[in-house]
Amino acid sequence: MMTEPVLRIDGLKIAAKTTTILEDISLQVQRGEIFGIIGESGAGKSTLAMAVVGLLRSGCQRKAGSVTLAGNDLFALPQPELERVRRRKVSYVAQSAAAAFNPFYRLSDQITELAALELGTPKAERHRMAAKLFAELQLPDPENFGKRYPHQVSGGQLQRAMIAMALINEPDLIIFDEPTTALDVTTQLEVIRLIRKIVSDRNCGAIYISHDLAVVSQLADRVMVLRHGKIVETGETRALIENPQEAYTRDLVANKTTTSAAQVAGEAQATVTVQGLAAGYSGVSTISGISLDLAAGKITALVGESGSGKTTLARTIAGLVDLHAGQMLLKGKALPGRIEDRSPEARRRLQYIHQLPDLALNPRQTVRDIVGRPLTKFGGLRGAALEAALQQLMRDVELPESFLDRVPGSLSGGQKQRICIARALAAEPDVLICDEVTSALDPLVEESIIQLLLRLMGQRPLSILFITHNLLLTQRFAHEVVVMKEGRIVEARPAADLFAAPQEDYTQRLLAATPLMERGWLEARLHANEATN
Amino acid sequence: MRNFGFIAAVICFALLVLAAIFAPLLAPYSPSEPVHMAYAAPDKKALLGADSLGRDMLSRILFGLRYTLGIALSVSILAAGVGVTLAFLAAFRKGWTDLLLGRLVDAVMSVPQIIFALVVLAVAGVSLPVLILTMAVLEATLFYRVIRPVAGDIVAMDYVEVARLRGEGIGWYLFREILPNAAPTLIAEFGIRIAYAVLFISGLSFLGVGVQPPDADLGGLVRENALAISVGQLSPLAPAVCIALITLSVNGIVDWFIHKYSVRGELG
Amino acid sequence: MSTAKRPPSRPIRDFVISRSLSGLVSLILVTALIFIGTAMLPGDTASALLGQNATPAALEALRQDLRLDDPLYLRYFGWFWDVLHGDLGVSLASGRPVSEVLLPRLQNSMLLALVASLFLLPVAIGGGIAAAIWKDSWFDRALGFTSMLFLAMPAFLVGYILIYALSVRMGWFPSMSVAPLMGGVGPWVKVLALPVLALVIIGQAHTMKLTRTAILSVLSTDYILMAEVKGISRRRIILLHALPNALSPILSISILTVAYLIVDVVVVEIVFSYPGLGKLMVDSVAYRDLTVVQACGLFFALIFVAMNFLADFLAMLANPRQRVPARGAV
Repeated sequence: MMTEPVLRIDGLKIAAKTTTILEDISLQVQRGEIFGIIGESGAGKSTLAMAVVGLLRSGCQRKAGSVTLAGNDLFALPQPELERVRRRKVSYVAQSAAAAFNPFYRLSDQITELAALELGTPKAERHRMAAKLFAELQLPDPENFGKRYPHQVSGGQLQRAMIAMALINEPDLIIFDEPTTALDVTTQLEVIRLIRKIVSDRNCGAIYISHDLAVVSQLADRVMVLRHGKIVETGETRALIENPQEAYTRDLVANKTTTSAAQVAGEAQATVTVQGLAAGYSGVSTISGISLDLAAGKITALVGESGSGKTTLARTIAGLVDLHAGQMLLKGKALPGRIEDRSPEARRRLQYIHQLPDLALNPRQTVRDIVGRPLTKFGGLRGAALEAALQQLMRDVELPESFLDRVPGSLSGGQKQRICIARALAAEPDVLICDEVTSALDPLVEESIIQLLLRLMGQRPLSILFITHNLLLTQRFAHEVVVMKEGRIVEARPAADLFAAPQEDYTQRLLAATPLMERGWLEARLHANEATN
Repeated sequence: MRNFGFIAAVICFALLVLAAIFAPLLAPYSPSEPVHMAYAAPDKKALLGADSLGRDMLSRILFGLRYTLGIALSVSILAAGVGVTLAFLAAFRKGWTDLLLGRLVDAVMSVPQIIFALVVLAVAGVSLPVLILTMAVLEATLFYRVIRPVAGDIVAMDYVEVARLRGEGIGWYLFREILPNAAPTLIAEFGIRIAYAVLFISGLSFLGVGVQPPDADLGGLVRENALAISVGQLSPLAPAVCIALITLSVNGIVDWFIHKYSVRGELG
Repeated sequence: MSTAKRPPSRPIRDFVISRSLSGLVSLILVTALIFIGTAMLPGDTASALLGQNATPAALEALRQDLRLDDPLYLRYFGWFWDVLHGDLGVSLASGRPVSEVLLPRLQNSMLLALVASLFLLPVAIGGGIAAAIWKDSWFDRALGFTSMLFLAMPAFLVGYILIYALSVRMGWFPSMSVAPLMGGVGPWVKVLALPVLALVIIGQAHTMKLTRTAILSVLSTDYILMAEVKGISRRRIILLHALPNALSPILSISILTVAYLIVDVVVVEIVFSYPGLGKLMVDSVAYRDLTVVQACGLFFALIFVAMNFLADFLAMLANPRQRVPARGAV
């Protein structure tokens, strides 16, 4: 029986009106196997996930190929039969659990809907089934958890509740579509562990879709790399990571391999000094007791999970949050807490780059207007001098000069972020605050932006405050690392020291939970967790 | 199909506007002189028949068109000026300005428009300036209600924050950041409001509190000739159909625009 | 679901308190607007009202009645106080108490609105739901086209077409809706038929459009896609997954439609000479009977505010996200 795959896709081609979304996709998934699918945004991952259950988004058409799920040729089945296969043979775990649960019904009723439909299981019995699954998935108070509405539980809990829903029909195949992307690393580790356990306990097949190769490399037995709707390569996970055949895969793998940070020698002078700072909105301090220095020519990484206050701290330095206590200095001069109280000079010296370039660029202005404004406002440049400066900035951020006449809507995510960087550089700042500037970007684009920032630092005396949720990412370029949790600084040390021997318990846990591609990482983590439990 | 409707709407609207502008040239008779028999049926001499005083219906409609379009346009321009400025200001200033304006608009809108207009016109007496001003105030609240959230969304954008960090003045915010991004919504809303203003002034005139005799807009013409209906005459329907043509063509243009620029919002 | 303990009812209480307060503020502002508007008559109010030939005694009586010699704010509070006690003043035209003139008209308006909603709501909401479910079908397109047509028509055009076709040509109904004083249900049907038909035709387009939009926004959510992935049948998805979530907006749309039918039908009442509150108001405007106009405005505003409150309240009850607190005990 092992030879008969749970899922077989043969030469699948799906197209929208004018574009081909998926081309010549073939794959097989066996029982007890986790099949990973890796790809950047726009690779066609979600379309493929939907196709596995025989669904095509409106406007899409299957041009060729077949999907065979547990012996059923899905695209050949009449609608009622297809629905029956979906109810009995396959389950789907979506990325955003909050959006995938119906807000009108209590969790237990939604989760056990298929049991009621297919087996006619009475309500009390279904409630027990759900409670048992909740207990297995380590949800709090499993007896009563199902009585809650979706909006009453946290995102991590909802994600696990969706896994419970996926298990209720004892499917042959479970599709996990980026189930941990919205979660913090520590929560992500828990969910990964559960997925691993579920697939081996139930001996079902699984597809795990992600843009994060590290996660997939820990979970999947085999991996398929997808790009622009086509298969780049497919292989055993270990073989693919250790010996990638294609250039694209090599880039993906290389990107995650850790390299040591480039250290700048000598004592640097502080550009921004923060002392005993407390800040927040409407009188409540969400961060407090914060003291730190940003050194000239150095990258300081500010790391924390969601809700740690890292962005609040960055925005406080930028002058956007009410300052409740403490003081800030910029090049030794007092820096007022409110942006409105700051001198044009202080505004110029300190530049802030937002997380989402889509929102940070006015869609109705050309790149020339966007980047030119600080040149005019701060530098007083006009005419030929302005044009020369604009062209220089475009070269600095490695974009063609012709982009000056474009509007943001016609640029890719990475290009937009480069424009944001150019706009910040136009002010000739001393300090650059980068608020998760790469977290919305695909891995390879993220890498190129980081390389750009490093090169720019080599050309001019900048101090950079780099805010991120990814501690491991900072190992490769940060000189100083500041770890935050619940509005306070947990640990702040030179990067080399911190990564060599993290002092604080929380830093260790954060470090440990960030997935690596190395063999056996997940097993080691699970062992460690069991030991502490 | 949408493009066909759009072209038809543009042609129809253009013809109506031209008819209004060149009414004195186009009208076969004076709109205020009795030239036919009372309630004369349509014939070669009187293309749309005559009213109770024997005045030529076609001529009266052409001149009525001037009133209806003129009032609707001035009301919409006035209302857009006031409503949009206040909406931008509220979105930008937030705090008390926003709260106060929001409350005021809520209060005005908690009275149905036609009732509000009736109360004001009953008190202040009916005259063209009062009429236009009252309608403009009411329409301004609708502009405010539509534009305020749009402006609020724009103000919440990071690019506006970038402008704030840079230290831009209020003129820059309003004209460089907010206005260009609100423009599609604004244009669509302006069209919707013109159509609505046409129905509104027609309704008021029909009720007798709009344009006063002996002059008449399209709604007034319906009122004047309403009695003819019960004796089987269709002449009062002609100005009413004219009103429907205006709103229909404006809505057609707006509909095309909304789909072309994928503006949020809806007609009606 | 009945086994769950009831959650603390705080959201509902908070909603009622805050919305009542804001509704009250709106009403006070509105009454002030109406009152100040009434008081801002150019020239001497009393002589303006009674005309040039009024006797000094009549003028003085009216002055007293309108408290014209008091400062504005005192007059407002006095008027407000009287209104709170059910005293709406005396009609300037007929000399009868305003409440006596007003109440029967209000009843007539309510009756018309009620009967019209009985027909309009099922048609418009059913049509809107169907149009959303079969989006882009010929049915949806046809509804969209007729909606566009009716939204563009002035109400009196619809009214007069009905009169011409069904009354003048066919002779089925009277063109004037003069209310019979007695005679049971039969005459009422004849009186109401045309105004009701006109209201249904005029009102359905907007309600249908709103319903269609509400359903479409539910149908495009992730949880509907999830239900599809789970293999739930289309029928069950629409009935059990989509409609309950659309209940909240549909309830609110329905109530607002009824409010519209009570309030925004002045033109229809005039077309058919239906003796409702709207016609009373328009007639009173013609006679410059300000106390009646004032009272009509007040009642219309009151109804409108109350209906808006009811709409939001029902919408909230039908929405677990608003009804059940996010945190706290289950």
